[in-house]
Amino acid sequence: MIRDPKDLKRYEPRERANHWVVGISFILLALSGLAFFHPAFYPLTQLFGGPTWARIIHPYLGVLMALSFLGLYVRFKHLNKMTPADKEWLAKAKNMVDGNDHDMPEQGKYNGGQKVMFWALAICMLLMTVSGLFIWRAWFGFDITLVRMGAVVHAAAGAFMIGLIMVHVYAAIWVKGTIRAMWYGTVTRGWAKQHHRGWYRQVTGK
Amino acid sequence: MALQSLDIKQRSATTTPSTQVRETIEIAKLIDVSACIGCKACQVACSEWNDIRDEVGNCHGVYDNPMDLTAKSWTVMRFTEVEQNNKLEWLIRKDGCMHCADPGCLKACPAPGAIIQYSNGIVDFHQENCIGCGYCVTGCPFDVPRISKEDSKAYKCSLCSDRVAVNQAPACVKACPTGAIQFGSKEDMKDYAAKRVTDLKERGYDQAGLYDPQGVGGTHVMYVLHHADKPDLYAGLPANPSISPLVSLWKGFAKPLATLALAGVALGSLFHYVTKGPNEVSKEIEDEIEKEDAK
Repeated sequence: MIRDPKDLKRYEPRERANHWVVGISFILLALSGLAFFHPAFYPLTQLFGGPTWARIIHPYLGVLMALSFLGLYVRFKHLNKMTPADKEWLAKAKNMVDGNDHDMPEQGKYNGGQKVMFWALAICMLLMTVSGLFIWRAWFGFDITLVRMGAVVHAAAGAFMIGLIMVHVYAAIWVKGTIRAMWYGTVTRGWAKQHHRGWYRQVTGK
Repeated sequence: MALQSLDIKQRSATTTPSTQVRETIEIAKLIDVSACIGCKACQVACSEWNDIRDEVGNCHGVYDNPMDLTAKSWTVMRFTEVEQNNKLEWLIRKDGCMHCADPGCLKACPAPGAIIQYSNGIVDFHQENCIGCGYCVTGCPFDVPRISKEDSKAYKCSLCSDRVAVNQAPACVKACPTGAIQFGSKEDMKDYAAKRVTDLKERGYDQAGLYDPQGVGGTHVMYVLHHADKPDLYAGLPANPSISPLVSLWKGFAKPLATLALAGVALGSLFHYVTKGPNEVSKEIEDEIEKEDAK
């Protein structure tokens, strides 16, 4: 669906689909995982057909998320290389958070904050996957010390990643005109010029 | 269960206190390793009373049979041959749940009410609430719980909580032909153990003693050992068992801390939006784009 022919294409349909698979599996994993982490969240298991079903399904969703995130990683890692301009952006990130983005250095398709998010998520995904295999008793029987370390790492990386995703989602809500990129793949020229001027110049030739 | 529910000291994955008003006596099972003849009557009695029949396995060339605890063998005799004081000794230890005062299984369990600690000290698994995650295995310092391959539920010795509830001794105690397994109040069992230890010391076992490890707050299954200084001789009985620091970290302060941190991020985001407002494309840039279009 093209809303305005002058809108800029930010994501291909297959990239959006891939992101949605990661997003849906992440939400389901977070809801079921939190239920096993703290009793306050235990009632969330009812969303999965009861606690035993939540326990059965959770690791398979984990495999789905790991594989689909690998897809995103391969697609986007070359766009997330840190540059000096990113470091400058990160040094000024406080101004940005304060709602004062006029002096921010020019950014390409992704800004320094998004790149930090990308790499932090990649590391968390790796930790979650490896530690998750250690504690997946239905299929594996690792040494007890590895299982215990796996449990700690899985809980810590999981809680940290839920925090990261909250920030990720909030940033998309806060910066108006962002969420449509996830739905339709396009953004307005104004959005691109304001937030990602380097990318704006690159795709418009201006 | 109405009255029995008064006797619950702790239940898994529950953050409010369990019933505290009624106090019952702390009980204990005492296993006098020095009086055990390895007949396995306790194994059979356990299987009989609890109506569980493990698969008939194979002979592995040793007396241990089955070779390990399973979801259907809640107690096994472990046989070890050691040389102590230039003598061959045949050590036989009845292995099973120790019913810790500070149970690692209960601490790790995420399912409310799947693990119950009664005020008499018995740590019981309520399989109808078990979800089969195996966290109890991760939490146990003695490697006792087993997940059934048939139903993915965790099983272990219940210390015959059903018998104890009606003032009966556990089945294994009843069956033991030598009196090597005693049952009673924990205080009485300690007194009985002290007598046995004195006797053993008189017979040359200088290091005889009671095994009631304080690292897990003491246990409700205790051993009289001839070599209490070396519990490891008895098929790897841990000398100083305690809940692994990794488990304490995972199910201890990490739980409330991470929960609060996540709530902080969520509320922080909300209040950031409310106080700083949305980040919209500036009027200036919109005008620039409009000008471009007008050209």
